[in-house]
Amino acid sequence: MTKTGQPVIALIGNPNTGKSTLFNILTGLKQKIGNYPGVTVEKHLGQLQLDDLEVQLIDLPGTYSLSAQSPDEMVVIDVLRGAIDDIGKPDLILIVIDASNLRRNLYLVSQLLELGQPVVVALNMMDLAVENGIHIDVDQLAQELGVPVVPIVASSGEGIDNLKKVLRQSLEKKAIPSLNLLPEIKQAAIKLATKLRREGIEIPSYELERALIDEEGYAEHRLAESHDNPVLEQIRQLRKKLSHGPSLSVQDARTRYGWINRLVDTIEVDEPETAKKSLTEYIDQFVSHPVYGSIFFLLLMAIVFQSVFAWATPLMDWMDHITTTAGKWLEAHLPPGALTSLLVDGVIAGVGSVIIFLPQILILFAFIIFLEDSGYMARAAFMMDRPMRAVGLSGRSFIPMLSSFACAVPGIMATRTISDPRDRLATMLAAPFMTCSARLPVYALLIAAFVPQKTWFWGLINLQGLVLLALYLLGILGGVTTALLLKRSVLKGPTPTFLMEMPPYRLPSLRSVLLKLWERAQIFLRRAGTVIFTVAILIWALAYFPHPVSIHNQFEQQRVEIQRQGNVVETRITELNNQEAAAYLEQSFLGRIGKAIAPVFKPLGWDWKVSAAVVASFPAREVVIAVLGTIYAVGSDVDEEDSSLITRIKSSTWPDGTTIFTVPMAIGLMIFYAFCLQCAATVAIIRRETGTWTIPLLSWLYMTSLGYIGALLVYQIWS
Amino acid sequence: MKQIKDSFTLDRLGAGKKAFVRGFTAEGPVMQRLMQLGVLEGSEVEIIRAAPGGDPIEIRVMGYCLSLRKAEAQMIQVEVIG
Ligand SMILES: Nc1nc2c(ncn2[C@@H]2O[C@H](COP(=O)(O)OP(=O)(O)O)[C@@H](O)[C@H]2O)c(=O)[nH]1
Repeated sequence: MTKTGQPVIALIGNPNTGKSTLFNILTGLKQKIGNYPGVTVEKHLGQLQLDDLEVQLIDLPGTYSLSAQSPDEMVVIDVLRGAIDDIGKPDLILIVIDASNLRRNLYLVSQLLELGQPVVVALNMMDLAVENGIHIDVDQLAQELGVPVVPIVASSGEGIDNLKKVLRQSLEKKAIPSLNLLPEIKQAAIKLATKLRREGIEIPSYELERALIDEEGYAEHRLAESHDNPVLEQIRQLRKKLSHGPSLSVQDARTRYGWINRLVDTIEVDEPETAKKSLTEYIDQFVSHPVYGSIFFLLLMAIVFQSVFAWATPLMDWMDHITTTAGKWLEAHLPPGALTSLLVDGVIAGVGSVIIFLPQILILFAFIIFLEDSGYMARAAFMMDRPMRAVGLSGRSFIPMLSSFACAVPGIMATRTISDPRDRLATMLAAPFMTCSARLPVYALLIAAFVPQKTWFWGLINLQGLVLLALYLLGILGGVTTALLLKRSVLKGPTPTFLMEMPPYRLPSLRSVLLKLWERAQIFLRRAGTVIFTVAILIWALAYFPHPVSIHNQFEQQRVEIQRQGNVVETRITELNNQEAAAYLEQSFLGRIGKAIAPVFKPLGWDWKVSAAVVASFPAREVVIAVLGTIYAVGSDVDEEDSSLITRIKSSTWPDGTTIFTVPMAIGLMIFYAFCLQCAATVAIIRRETGTWTIPLLSWLYMTSLGYIGALLVYQIWS
Repeated sequence: MKQIKDSFTLDRLGAGKKAFVRGFTAEGPVMQRLMQLGVLEGSEVEIIRAAPGGDPIEIRVMGYCLSLRKAEAQMIQVEVIG
């Protein structure tokens, strides 16, 4: 029950059983996503209406058993036992099982039936079971388990009303199932708990039971960390006493599958014909074929990327257009001053820089969700496992890394499917190195300005393309090296297993995909959006203030002068306005910061203008172009192909007349952008996924230093 | 009656081959996880395919498909069904 007295139902099941589909259908849009303290697991809460009763539904992460190997897996046990403060102990456990795959699903059921809490079983995928020729005697199953069993098809909503009715009844009856497959172990755990309590040590008996059975598991590990050696010693002795030959974990698994096999034999009438080929097998003959499968995979990825760029670019241009139009309109209709500037250059530009990411993120995520729900994701991980192992990761890291070539934000959010926490962290820290689309305008500007248009082999190979390719490779190299180094040092550990279910192919339901997409969009807007927006306002304030009136007076005089002469030249006025903006920026705190830290960047060949532009682009790297536009007095609405900006940059000089933008300096600048983590969205999302600021800050420091050192080396050695 | 021929570890079995699990060459959390997933003494396993490069492999067990690396398959002793 929650603190306010609301009943709590915990939803649990194996991965790929349709658990999130069921959660979504039960709670609709009434969901809340958070994090459990200290772990990276997402906390999904939803409100479920059972007639007159409103119930809190907790969606637990998919799991095959209650044996936890990591803190993330331990969350399941902690929630079920009511050990998480703000949730409260569940009044009922709702287990989803896959009717087309009963045996393995019943393993978790057998464990949950022993917790001494009321249980309801939702028998999902009934349509697939029928299709595969599996007939389940549902009444018999309910009788054998001693709990209600409700057949459903979560994807179509069949049986959901009935499920709600049964949940309502069970919440009132509170019948406790009475399964006890390993009474000797359970008894020993209870006895040990009592004994320890007398010694003043309070450990719940279920935790002791898990520690006894799961040798080297997380329950044991946690006990060892929080209690003195004697507890652990007693557990070891008890283990020795209880195991008559094979270890307790072996006894446990054997006993449970023995029970399952007997049970399934009595309730499943027609086992599927093994000779009959399923649709999944037909698809896999092609899709998982070593040759055709690899070609299919490459084509699929090409299509995904093509679509992301083809569909996202017009949407992004459109959003950009709307925000600039809105800004211009406001500027024209409001009196000039700090407030208008705050609205236009701060608020609207800030909102713009948040939503500009959305098309890419949503399109990419739609693909990722589709691949996951259809079952193809597991095949991609299967195929890419060997190559990814070369860099110390597993096949599961491939799609997150690949997504990061469009944008690191969905890439980092997609690391959730990586079950090993070390691999997951290494992937998260390597992902921001991949050349995302926000780096492209920066590269395009600098390449167009400083790399000559040279071609070889009848135009097939050109130098500018080669430089761009080299920058992509540099990003990959940075990411791969980072992952390797991390896995060899701080994230070193036993090689994680690659035990991964290959689920049958299923056609994802549109509703489910859209709901998951909506959920990701919300997370991005709430977590990253607020950070990007705040930083954008901050940078605006730095670039605007102190805004001395003397500059205005000086330029106003010239403008009046021109107007008085009668021949008002529009271009001359624009030029003056741009110069005024540049003068303001030089006077602003940002300009002063640029000048103050210019000595730090001097060894890289940067002057204060470049330094200020780089500082201003820490919230979002593509901003650098607009800031350069303002500083070089060509206006802030330039893009990377603007020839006047290129001309200005090329002709800017040091006080002694030497050129600032030399080729080594420009290459160094590109390398800086290749490595540096100039993206508040990425920082915010890493913070969200890891639950701590330490990791994103370390990552930021590491990548920024790498960028600095890279640019320094190139500039110093080359020039 | 299915006839039992050779004793092997699972990683040495080719695609399409079926076998019974007989035991494990190593204990520990990996073995426990395998058993909980249905790979335990007496289970019938069938090799479905290997990934490009021969590793990892996909097997069918308890009526569903599971992928595992060769290093993990090496822990599983099987008897081939002829
Ligand atoms: N045929 C069928 N498909 C289902 C059913 N329930 C869910 N699915 C599909 O199974 C896939 C995985 O579902 P999801 O809810 O993401 O599984 P989870 O991993 O347990 O959360 C999705 O493509 C769903 O649309 C069902 O009862 N029948």
